[in-house]
Amino acid sequence: MENLGSLAVLIALCISAFAVAASIVGGIKRNSFLIHSAERAVYSVCVLVTVASGALVVALLTSDFRLGYVAENTNQTLPVLYKFAAWWGGQGGSLLLWSWLLSCYASVVVFTNRRKHRRIMPYVTATLMITETFFLIMNNFAASPFKVLAVGRGVTSVPDGNGLNPLLQYPAMAIHPPMLYLGYVGFAVPFAFAIGSLITRQPGDDWIFTTRRWSIVTWLFQSTGIILGAGWAYAVLGWGGYWGWDPVENASFLPWLTATAFLHSVMMQEKKGMMKVWNMVLISATFFLCIFGTFLTRSGVVSSVHAFAQSSIGRYFVVFLAVGIAATIYLIFDRLDYLKPEARLESVISRESSFMFNNLILVASCFAILWGTLFPVISEAFTGEKISVGPPFFNKINVPIGLFLLFLTGVGPLFAWRRTSLESLRRNFEWPVIASALLGAGLFAAGIRNFYALMSFSLCLFVLWLIVVEFWKGARSISKRTGRNLLASAVELTHRNTRRYGGYIVHVAIVLMFIGFTGQAFNQDTTQEVKLGDHIHLGHYDLRVAAVNHGEEANYTWDRATVEVSKDGALLGSLTPERRFFPASNQGTSEVAIRRRLNEDVYLNFAGMSEDGQRAIIQAYINPLVSWVWIGYWVLLAGTLICLVPSKVKLQYARTQVIGVSEKYAPLEK
Amino acid sequence: MKTYWKFAVLVVVIVGTLVWLAAGGINETKTYYKTVAELNQMGGSALGKRLRIAGDVAPGSIVRNGRNVSFVLQQDNLKLRVVYSGNDPLPDTFRDGAQALADGKMGPDNVFQASQIQAKCASKYQAKPAGKPEDVNRAGM
Repeated sequence: MENLGSLAVLIALCISAFAVAASIVGGIKRNSFLIHSAERAVYSVCVLVTVASGALVVALLTSDFRLGYVAENTNQTLPVLYKFAAWWGGQGGSLLLWSWLLSCYASVVVFTNRRKHRRIMPYVTATLMITETFFLIMNNFAASPFKVLAVGRGVTSVPDGNGLNPLLQYPAMAIHPPMLYLGYVGFAVPFAFAIGSLITRQPGDDWIFTTRRWSIVTWLFQSTGIILGAGWAYAVLGWGGYWGWDPVENASFLPWLTATAFLHSVMMQEKKGMMKVWNMVLISATFFLCIFGTFLTRSGVVSSVHAFAQSSIGRYFVVFLAVGIAATIYLIFDRLDYLKPEARLESVISRESSFMFNNLILVASCFAILWGTLFPVISEAFTGEKISVGPPFFNKINVPIGLFLLFLTGVGPLFAWRRTSLESLRRNFEWPVIASALLGAGLFAAGIRNFYALMSFSLCLFVLWLIVVEFWKGARSISKRTGRNLLASAVELTHRNTRRYGGYIVHVAIVLMFIGFTGQAFNQDTTQEVKLGDHIHLGHYDLRVAAVNHGEEANYTWDRATVEVSKDGALLGSLTPERRFFPASNQGTSEVAIRRRLNEDVYLNFAGMSEDGQRAIIQAYINPLVSWVWIGYWVLLAGTLICLVPSKVKLQYARTQVIGVSEKYAPLEK
Repeated sequence: MKTYWKFAVLVVVIVGTLVWLAAGGINETKTYYKTVAELNQMGGSALGKRLRIAGDVAPGSIVRNGRNVSFVLQQDNLKLRVVYSGNDPLPDTFRDGAQALADGKMGPDNVFQASQIQAKCASKYQAKPAGKPEDVNRAGM
């Protein structure tokens, strides 16, 4: 099996390198034989990497402990789901997953564009396959998952494996890495189209139109991956929070920020022909941050709480990133003439400027997080001392950024293109401003003194109000014309311009998430050592330890505390936080118990037994409003899917194109 | 041109505020990574600085005393006494021989006062006797 796998990745590497060469030469010489040959090479690479992945999965499922990777990441009694998930549980396998996803994406791209974009496709193929080649080099030489355990010259095996890291044995975690990777890998495609368009000196915005849907889907995968990671941290790590500014978390967040900026600034290019260079920079930054994220997660360059990987693959990544970034910068500078803006900024209070500030802020946040994450590396390089910065640094800078973004989320869509009159500002913002000021004052009177929390709640109301009014105004005018009820009209309105109204729904999702984030300002927690029958008091809650049991499963042993939760004297039910011990990896984990409610979560962690074995150490947290973060995600999912539905008014869109104001597409909004 | 000046001023104000916040944030939270050996070389200058010390937990050195846990971090032959008095229970991976990171400050009595401990478990196979296969040697999380 391992021979089949190794052979498959080795041949895939050769064919992938051939695809790069053939498509570049074919593109330059306009030799369609070579171009087609390269495209077929893409399919073959996909088949070969699929075979290799299949071989690895079979080895994992059949517990073939002759393979180092299998022994490191699984054990006999591991449930089948996690044996499969061990594919991405370790370094070699997760890099193979990268290669596999990229080869699949590349095949889809080549197939769907087999009769389109013939001019730029060779370079798109080449860019994708250069990346594929890079990862295949690692699959073959740096982190092969097919290495067998050997003593001297003989192959050996171990009776049982190390087991999958118990922290990863959690359903959301089993799909978190592939989701994140679907996002990471996906941005290779818009990037490849951008590069193809630069190389062939395309004057238009074709690459943006072609990859728009692709970017949105990829962004959705990325968002899903990040939220799954946060949900996992909340439910498994047992420290009561979901985001700790850990380097690995940051690695997933960085490309999301630039991607979000990109999704917004492409609208400037589509509608006004502005920010062309900037979009090139953003999509390149996103792609390289995706590679960088994989690097950060996989190389252990910055020590992380996760610390899943420590290895020497870092050097490969540094070289790839350095060469890739240098080449991209050169290309963009060389093609500046083709990226001239078609319009200029006219006013500080305009749609254009709100997009610009949105971008500035997202990129600033990205830069700050990158800086903070790499601070140990940077400081060591410059001062010789390794200095790290903690979560307060990240919060200090990102909380104001977040609030400013929230503000822009509200006002941006209401600013008109080019310039906005003071009169329209007053008309649009009068009531929401009054309402949110009242809310802020009310909360202050209710005893909330946290400035950021007050700001955040007020802004949430402000933004929600504005978005609801947008829907209401549009729906009402449709309902007047057609006689349908408001709800049907709102659906019709959304269907007419799915990107705009889907986008608003995503904005609502962001507001809901901010409500959840703000809840953190009111967290309460306590850690106590308790005997059976003892009480813990926290906030309004009274927690009584009713029982502590012990038991065994196939893969682990557990201790479980049963804690009765009552609030203001009324019994609400019981929670059962658990400690698990996994003999295979000789490691324990916590299975926290959470009582999730819309207003607040009660979160219990059975942290262990006291030294004398008589008392249980229980950590109790009250986390207000956390559920809104997860609810926000479902709304975000819905909004993004709506964006992907084709708009009904496409015909109008195409017609205005002929007489359009800008050279390409007339703005759809008034 | 006037519009561009307005933009420039706004951008400078925003970026300036962020840089100011970032600089403050760095000064408030910066932590020096040191190994036990480097800490010894620092001598008196280590006092008062926020430090993160890396080393191995000396086997048999963990002593629990109520909420305080004291242990010895060692690197080769150098040893450092650490007292942990944080709120959180110690991680499961914190055991004899584990690689640990202790966050805190150096006390005047040459005992390191840790407020946070991170630990990474030594691999199961690493502890096995000779004859261990090369690849499994690197196993672990």
